[in-house]
Amino acid sequence: MKALLVAEYRDGKLLNSTYELVAFAEQLGADSVMFLVGSENMLPQYDGTLYLADSSKYSEFNPVVHKQMLLDVITKEQPDMVVFSHSSYGWDLAPRISLALNAAHVSEVVDIINGVPVVPVCNGKLRREVKVKTTQMVVTLQSGVFSLDVEPSGSPTVVPIDTEVAVQLVFCGYEEAETGGVDLSKAEVIVSAGRGIGKPENIEMIAQLAKALGGEFGASRPVVDAEWAEHNRQVGTTGQTVSPKLYVACGISGAIQHLAGMKKSEFVVAINTDKDAPIGEIADVFVIADLKQFVPVLTEKLVNIS
Amino acid sequence: MQILVCIKQVPDMESKFKVNADGTWYEGTDLAWRMNEYDEYAVEQAVQLKEQVGAADVTVLSIGPERVKEALKKALAMGADRAVQLIDDFAYQKDPFQIASVIAAFAREKKFDLIFTGMQSQDRGSGQVGVLIAEMLSIPSITTIVDFSFSEGQIVAKRELEGGIKSIVKTKVPALVTCQLGLNTPRYPTLPNIMKAKRKELLSISISELLKVEGKQETAKMYFPEKKGGGLVLEGDVGDLADQLIKILDEKIGVLAR
Repeated sequence: MKALLVAEYRDGKLLNSTYELVAFAEQLGADSVMFLVGSENMLPQYDGTLYLADSSKYSEFNPVVHKQMLLDVITKEQPDMVVFSHSSYGWDLAPRISLALNAAHVSEVVDIINGVPVVPVCNGKLRREVKVKTTQMVVTLQSGVFSLDVEPSGSPTVVPIDTEVAVQLVFCGYEEAETGGVDLSKAEVIVSAGRGIGKPENIEMIAQLAKALGGEFGASRPVVDAEWAEHNRQVGTTGQTVSPKLYVACGISGAIQHLAGMKKSEFVVAINTDKDAPIGEIADVFVIADLKQFVPVLTEKLVNIS
Repeated sequence: MQILVCIKQVPDMESKFKVNADGTWYEGTDLAWRMNEYDEYAVEQAVQLKEQVGAADVTVLSIGPERVKEALKKALAMGADRAVQLIDDFAYQKDPFQIASVIAAFAREKKFDLIFTGMQSQDRGSGQVGVLIAEMLSIPSITTIVDFSFSEGQIVAKRELEGGIKSIVKTKVPALVTCQLGLNTPRYPTLPNIMKAKRKELLSISISELLKVEGKQETAKMYFPEKKGGGLVLEGDVGDLADQLIKILDEKIGVLAR
């Protein structure tokens, strides 16, 4: 079994998710080689062959060009599996590769059971085992699932690669995240509001609980998209990644993207009326209650204690 | 300008799901169905583009059984001009490659200038179909867009990356974009527009006319994940629950010891 690991580079930096790919290959007991459009000034700590294209020449995002270089490497290496992160880079590039290879593509793998990939369905409420009918396979890995037991080490044998393929898309650069005010990554207590809060006025109730616990309030994506909270309060893959001592999830079902942003929290309390909500999988305490009744009572009791 | 929007009908994610009899998908009965959330943004963006350029025709397409007409009717009421249902009672058994092949087969002769899809479905969540359609049609695609503008045959889109960063990407039409939440504010169909939608064309075609390929994967097994960690579940009177929770927080993590 041989795996080609597609590492990622963003804004001049190697992404840590690269090591999740290495961990995945180790778990499978697969031989691996790596592909990266990046820079020789920032190589991954990896004990193997690294096919490296220069991102200053080919840009950090150009699926047409990256696809061609990757296909050249695949032709040379003949991997059984091509492994991406399930990220904005991976889910964009992986289908292009799978179609070119005529290979099955399994998205957002969270486990491999007896060689069979397992993926979440319906926002993580269900799991699906996928039978692949092709000899080669393309997978994208859910973020944060596979991790190395030991610190990454080694220095790769670099094989430079080039291409002359024509460009259809023009990458014009990055727009930084909105900043200002709240740095949830440093908060010890975070109380987050999800769609279950029902209406924008209820944000105040969540903020009051956060205050009573001496922390900050956060929000899930739907709450931010509905403009009930500012983007700088968003917890999740496209918001902030947090690791507080206490995370209180109010009316949050636990979509995968949200869980990926908060699962390093030390202690998780979930408040939800839906017993089957995926947040229950990672909650230390799951309070089955209507948060609109429960949160004010909890806040009042906390205020009276202090 | 010819515009295609591909939409899917999915269950409300708050539903109580059950695994079906052969254990390979969720049971379809007793569920509330709606338009895939990401696709609502795709429909809205297509309608906004039509409003911008004037001379445009928006076709909305969905694959599935009789009930998907409801999602199509909603898209018509939001402003799409015509709808196409590719009839398939077993759409859930098709893999992303087959679904994309069918849509590409439909779209190939029609020469759409722009195709909009959601970035993924809320149920299967493969996120592959949009990109595959574009690759099959040999047109560029931009995924996960949160901002879209069109001028003189060129698209400028912002893609959402991790951590709140966006990247700005340009391409010329014909092209395909996949839409992320937050791209716009999908409109609610008004009653007059719902009435008007009833008179719009809704064409039904059997999927067998377009499906020419075998799937590359299938669902072997579906089940509920095991609850990990054995977290404590509390139920009852809210006052008692609050007392219990405060006690736990105090004992376990001393978060109240300030």
